[in-house]
Amino acid sequence: MRVVNMNLLITNARVIDPSQELDATLDILIEDGAVARVDKRIKASGVETFDASGLIATPGFIDLHTHLREPGQEHKETIATGTRSAVAGGYTAVCAMANTVPPNDERAVTEMVVAEAARNGWCRVYPIGAVSKGLKGEELAELADLRTAGCVAVSDDGKPVWNAQLMRRALEYCSMLGMPLIAHEEDANLNEDGVMHEGYYSTLLGMKGIPAASEETLVARDVILARLTGSHVHIAHLSTAGAVDAVRRARAEGVLVTCEVTPHHIALGDETVQSFSTNLKMNPPLRSEQHRQAILEGIADGTIDAIATDHAPHHFDEKNVEFDLAPFGVIGLETAFSVCYDRLVREKVIGLPRLIELLSCGPARIFNLPGGTLRPGSLGDVTLLDLEARYEVTREFASKAANSPFVGETLHGRAVATIVGGAIRHDGRSPALVSAGGRAVQQKKAPRRKK
Amino acid sequence: MRTQSSALRSKDLLGIEPLTPDEIELILDTAEGFKEVSERPVKKVPALRGQLVINLFMEASTRTRVSFEIAEKRLSADMLNFAASGSSVEKGETLIDTADNLVAMHPNMIVMRHKHPGSAKMLAERYPNIAIINGGDGAHEHPTQALLDAFTMRERLGRLAGINVTIVGDIKYSRVVRSNIHLLTKMKANVTLAAPPTLLPVEIEKMGVRVVHSLDEAIEGADVVMMLRIQLERQGKLSFPSLREYYNTFGLTRERLRRAKKGVLVMHPGPMNRGVEIASDVADDPKYSVILEQVTNGVAVRMAVLYLLGGAHSAE
Repeated sequence: MRVVNMNLLITNARVIDPSQELDATLDILIEDGAVARVDKRIKASGVETFDASGLIATPGFIDLHTHLREPGQEHKETIATGTRSAVAGGYTAVCAMANTVPPNDERAVTEMVVAEAARNGWCRVYPIGAVSKGLKGEELAELADLRTAGCVAVSDDGKPVWNAQLMRRALEYCSMLGMPLIAHEEDANLNEDGVMHEGYYSTLLGMKGIPAASEETLVARDVILARLTGSHVHIAHLSTAGAVDAVRRARAEGVLVTCEVTPHHIALGDETVQSFSTNLKMNPPLRSEQHRQAILEGIADGTIDAIATDHAPHHFDEKNVEFDLAPFGVIGLETAFSVCYDRLVREKVIGLPRLIELLSCGPARIFNLPGGTLRPGSLGDVTLLDLEARYEVTREFASKAANSPFVGETLHGRAVATIVGGAIRHDGRSPALVSAGGRAVQQKKAPRRKK
Repeated sequence: MRTQSSALRSKDLLGIEPLTPDEIELILDTAEGFKEVSERPVKKVPALRGQLVINLFMEASTRTRVSFEIAEKRLSADMLNFAASGSSVEKGETLIDTADNLVAMHPNMIVMRHKHPGSAKMLAERYPNIAIINGGDGAHEHPTQALLDAFTMRERLGRLAGINVTIVGDIKYSRVVRSNIHLLTKMKANVTLAAPPTLLPVEIEKMGVRVVHSLDEAIEGADVVMMLRIQLERQGKLSFPSLREYYNTFGLTRERLRRAKKGVLVMHPGPMNRGVEIASDVADDPKYSVILEQVTNGVAVRMAVLYLLGGAHSAE
């Protein structure tokens, strides 16, 4: 993102910042893109003011798992549209997955992503590098070079690192670089050509199943390798009871393993696939109720560190085919907060501060990213929430894609405004006031680089 | 006597799962009337005159396609066979584009066979004024097969309620078995499945059936033994070690059939693999085998389905 480092005074917000156990009606003063003060009735002259009466202000949301599709698949999404979608959902930063075309397996691609995000991005973009060259799982990519170019983690997401020896080497190497390795866990042999969760509904519908064991066997292996290497493995889009259990036990033993779950795995089960809607096809698939309940328990007891969207845009034509033939993946950035607020907070699985932790502080903590807090001196990234909002999801998204499983649903609670470095990048209440991302704003300072 | 419905609720026949027992009986009763038409010297009634039926076969088929074609002709429908091979599907045209083009020529009904589950439903939702008949969608449903099986059982045994039906073989990849389970459980028949665990999909017991791994146990007391085709094209994918071993453990032989009830019916949806799932002397023995009767009844049942859906449509 072109960080413009603005000044902004947010007034009368109920500030919830789990990083400092804060929950009070306060003002937030952002100066030169960073939080200057959080206090009662701040007086500041000559500063743009955002009246946040009736809204909740939280540290900006950070998505650990976004597919921006650029370079190479710009018909699905671009860095510009994907980050526009992010700010529309309250996200101030996204981690861009490596499975682009070509994949982000070398410095040149990372630099392209960073440069394009600086030119046309609406929020911060943290690239994720590939583990292996060409995502082939054969040779390590130049991980130190990727780190230097700006990658904050590595992953062959979309595929598992099937070779255990390569996985071990990658983990060891990442520990030197201080980067987590994000593991996409599935056993391709157990999956065969599965298209949905293997269970009663795959049997009923005659569809090929992806067993829970496909994820659980690889999670078990990688927990063991994390213990062996002492390195940080982060399990992407965890979806099964056995995987939650494996992470919980490993953590109790001191293994450095973290994990994320998606809003769709929180909200939806495999029974919904009876509609044959291709917007219910993703990998890992929607699981059965037993697995969904285990995820909710993991969220409540702290086993789950983050909610990540796995925002996976696809073109309408690609999804407008038989279920078997459609690509895996759904978009999620714009509905994530509402879905999680509905299913977790309104249904009393967790309280609102814990949800904010999962969307903001948690992601920042486990990937060691800036943000995730409103302590003075930290990034002036703020998400403003309206808990009274109630809306029906339509196909009108800021994303280029519309492959959402929630179209037609009525959701409660919404991220209404998004502030990045003190600049209002999204204002659902008065869109005209948005101080614009991209070309509309002249660059004042060099783009912020993650060290 | 209970009152029976005289029409189907849906414009389509996508599967047995959405049907009520009354609707199933309506189709079977209607088929009884049509069976006689095929035995006349002039095998034709004018029921669907002027209606266009397209048989959209995206996957290979002998019995189902020919049976629908004959049923359509005997109802005086205009019919057109569309096969994926030799069409623009081979140039990469999508199902929806293919169907849109066919629909632009105003058919009244489309019979579709496709290898992907849910594809018939996809067309049914897209075309609100066209009756879609599922001629088999992947391993999901094959409703007219289950209806012709039920017609044959009912005709031979006089009822469906309380009869013991054993289905043996490739349960996992079979659309026939799913439609049969829906139909038979709705009509209060007792269903037993027998197969090696590798050919059984998970949690199938939840569909209301008994599952055993011994053929002898499964046949004990059966009124009907339905053998399913082993999909030889799947060999090498680890479902069982060899055809020889399969025949020895799950192949239907005359000796094994002795455990069934007297007058047991042997059925097979075809095409048969002789010497794999069924011995020829069983398949060809008119004392047990009703396999060719199934084929004969298939025409009557499909005439009934076409008539009920086509009639409902033309009444609009």
